[in-house]
Amino acid sequence: MTRRSIALVTAAGCAAIFAALVHAPRLRAQPAPPLPVHQVPDSKNGGTVVMLCDGKTSVEVKDLKPGQSMTHAQAVAVTRELMAQWQREHPNEKWEMAQTGQPSQPLPAPSAASGADAAAKATGAKPLSKGTQQGDTYASFTDRDYKVWKDQTDNFVAEGNQLFHDGAALGGTIGVSCDMCHPDASNTHPETYPKYQVQLQRVALLRDMIDWCIENPVKGKALAPNDTRLRALEAYILAQRKGVPLDYGKH
Amino acid sequence: MAARHKSVETKYMEDRDAVLRGLRGLDRRTFLKVLAATTGAVMAKSLMPPHSFQLVEVANAAPDKTASAAGMAGKPPFTFAYVSDTHLYQRTLNQRFVRAAVKAVDDVNALDPQPDFVLFGGDLAQLGRREELDLGMQILAELKAPVKMMVGEHDWFYDLGDAWQEMFGPPNYSFDWKGVHVVVLMSVHEKDFWTARKMTPAQRMRTVAGLDNGIQSRFEVGDDERKWLSADLAKVPHTTPLLVFSHSPLYKYYRNWNFWTDDAEQVQAILKPYQHVTVIHGHTHQMLYNQIGNISFYGLLSTAWPWPYAPTGLPPLTIQMNRADPFDQFDGLGDGRIDVRADGLADKIYSLWDRNPVTVKADYLVSHGKIARPPAPQFPSY
Repeated sequence: MTRRSIALVTAAGCAAIFAALVHAPRLRAQPAPPLPVHQVPDSKNGGTVVMLCDGKTSVEVKDLKPGQSMTHAQAVAVTRELMAQWQREHPNEKWEMAQTGQPSQPLPAPSAASGADAAAKATGAKPLSKGTQQGDTYASFTDRDYKVWKDQTDNFVAEGNQLFHDGAALGGTIGVSCDMCHPDASNTHPETYPKYQVQLQRVALLRDMIDWCIENPVKGKALAPNDTRLRALEAYILAQRKGVPLDYGKH
Repeated sequence: MAARHKSVETKYMEDRDAVLRGLRGLDRRTFLKVLAATTGAVMAKSLMPPHSFQLVEVANAAPDKTASAAGMAGKPPFTFAYVSDTHLYQRTLNQRFVRAAVKAVDDVNALDPQPDFVLFGGDLAQLGRREELDLGMQILAELKAPVKMMVGEHDWFYDLGDAWQEMFGPPNYSFDWKGVHVVVLMSVHEKDFWTARKMTPAQRMRTVAGLDNGIQSRFEVGDDERKWLSADLAKVPHTTPLLVFSHSPLYKYYRNWNFWTDDAEQVQAILKPYQHVTVIHGHTHQMLYNQIGNISFYGLLSTAWPWPYAPTGLPPLTIQMNRADPFDQFDGLGDGRIDVRADGLADKIYSLWDRNPVTVKADYLVSHGKIARPPAPQFPSY
């Protein structure tokens, strides 16, 4: 592939992503996809397998039957063993303890043959900056990553915006949509939740009020907490109040 | 339907009117006793806002005295009522807004004495359909007093005014009433944003119906109508009080939501030579008032839904109404009455449903807030 054709392919790819973002499909009534779960291997000796938060390193506590709790001493021993195992598998790396605030040790620059480096060159991403290292979760992302995340987030907010202006998409039956009373999501004050909602006689979250509005003025059916539409509406409403200080309980 | 339905407010008004009628037969001594007793009862129920209905009713009970006290020469004061922004869908789709419109008609019909006329402030329909306008016409036909119609953007942008004009006539007109020159404007013209976008009439209407989409153009009275206004006023002396009705506010409040008229300054300039000018507008669905030079502005309440105050641009003289309770369909909504004084200035009564009424006196605006300040709310906008 010539340099020119790579550029063309890249441009075409970007255009496709952009088109996908602009013409976002309307959200249907569906639960949000489940969050990723670490797959803990089966125990080999009838004990309990405990996994490190990297999702890979694990040890088996032989004497611990399922449902039993570890003693404090056992738990300390298990964590030591997990950390020791991780260090054996990553001899050149340092486990970053976010809580300690210690500066991380710079690593030698990754070899030219490494995949990450090649990918960085292809996408024009910057190599890791000084003072960061592999395994340091937040330091290892590129500007391109941030751009992708921002697009994903803005896209979700845009879906919420669409729903906010479309009563029928929320199951509304009388032609009323959210924006009719709340242009630009005004007067939704998401920063004031949780708060005691006198009319509901209990402490309410923003989503309780969204559901209340969908059921009453909009005359639809309340959305389940995990409904993608409810999540998108929350995203849109919160996005409109960027920069407003949180002030829970405010009346 | 309208004749049978009586709102809580209507019943209250009728009861109170009956009491007042009874009071007229009392001698002064007995009257004072009754007054003290009722005042005590009213205060015990904490129903006494700084400017209550009572004061206005006293003025009404003795209109001749009020007139002479204000030193008015010749021209009789009069009252008109309003209903505005009903936003009706077809009857089969949405009963909520129908109920509210009927409630307003019922309230106005309960006024005693009846107003000289009822202004409809525009946005009778929600999506400009003939069926919606028909339904609105049927509901307004129940009003006992004659109705003066004004057009809003929701009535106009499906068929660019065809159905509305067929039913109600030209959207801008004028007439003289008891020494006041009254002008009704069509202030919601928009420059063509739909042809280039190949929009259908329904898409055009839906775009205009939304406040926060940023696609539509800004409202304007437009060149032709401003010429018409100048010609209409050419024969009216500058001492004659003017009453101008416009759907959008004839000033610039908040552009993003079209709480706005793009050529507002040019219209204001046409009205400037007149001593007393009152502009009454719909569209903003909130208690809203302003004073620019010689012109007092009043915004009307809607019957359909209340709008929050815009994030910027609120006229400094406006005292925000309490935010509406979303759990009460009728809160923050209502209808109202305007008492035109003999000097041509207008006092305005916001008849809020489920709340005490609020009077905004002309003196408050023309004094630029120095006197007659209306009560401030407890819960302004977030």
